[in-house]
Amino acid sequence: MSHFKKKQASTSQEIPTTSMPDIIFILLIFFMVVTVLREVELLVRQDLTSAENIERIEEKRLVSYIYVGPQMLAGGGFGDTRVQVDDALVPPDDFRGIQNVMRQRRTDEPRLIVSLRVDYESEMGIVSDIKQQLRLADALRINYSTRRAQGAEAF
Amino acid sequence: MLKKKRGREGAEIPSSSLADIAFLLLVFFLVVTTIDIDTGIGLVLPPPPDPEQPPPEVRERNMLKILMNAQGGILVNEQRATIGDIQEKVIRFVTNRGADPNLSDSPERAVVSIKTDRQTEYEDYIEMLDEVIGAYRFIWSEQARQLGYTDYAQYRNVEGEPNPIRREFPMNISLAEPDAGS
Repeated sequence: MSHFKKKQASTSQEIPTTSMPDIIFILLIFFMVVTVLREVELLVRQDLTSAENIERIEEKRLVSYIYVGPQMLAGGGFGDTRVQVDDALVPPDDFRGIQNVMRQRRTDEPRLIVSLRVDYESEMGIVSDIKQQLRLADALRINYSTRRAQGAEAF
Repeated sequence: MLKKKRGREGAEIPSSSLADIAFLLLVFFLVVTTIDIDTGIGLVLPPPPDPEQPPPEVRERNMLKILMNAQGGILVNEQRATIGDIQEKVIRFVTNRGADPNLSDSPERAVVSIKTDRQTEYEDYIEMLDEVIGAYRFIWSEQARQLGYTDYAQYRNVEGEPNPIRREFPMNISLAEPDAGS
């Protein structure tokens, strides 16, 4: 009976780690680019409706958000429906602030998309008032933000 | 005479911890990142009304009037309808091409007008808008299939946007000011 000589690779069996910092750096740069650090602190509830025939907005930097929904109260309850732009609530009887903000953004970025993130319990009246202000501000590209319905595919 | 100081050997910055630092930063950004892409129904609003220029006239037959009240009841051209009927009604209206005298005479001129009450629930409104857009997507996909594509998404990848199908079947949705309601 002859012995089989155990085959052993002549090369070193260690994984080369010299390129590890480079790989990590590439990952790091990727996440740094993708990250949006400052998210708005929501003051209104955002329970979005879902729809089937939706599309994706790829260019996130073009999007400005307007949040609409019942105000979240300190005790955990919900108040009246309010509108939030950036970190502040818009006074309920005067929406002209929206127009001013959006006109400025429209001047800075002509391809601006205004995404309306509206809670499902809101009424059309408030949404329509916002739309009127957006028309006056000439910010005409809007998006009704919705979740994706089950089984639906984003266009 | 002073002896000139010579640089010591090995005065480089140690780089062995570079990977660790990069790792820490990486973990930080990994935790902070939220990759969420906004999805929704995109629309283009009409420009603000010009008092000197009246809105363009649309012939009665080229306008499909959808009304929705605060209770979610729907009227399509003054007839009661349910949310499930809308898609079919819109498809028939847009692709009529003059066959039925009450429906549109060409897809380019067809306008779907949507009007709600101020008290209408946003959820119901989106559901209805979804159906109308679904109807147009159905029409576009039908057209794309006739041209030998599997669906409109594939056609759009080839042709881009705007394309002949979109020109022939423009999505004319008119969002009227809501009624004050009761």
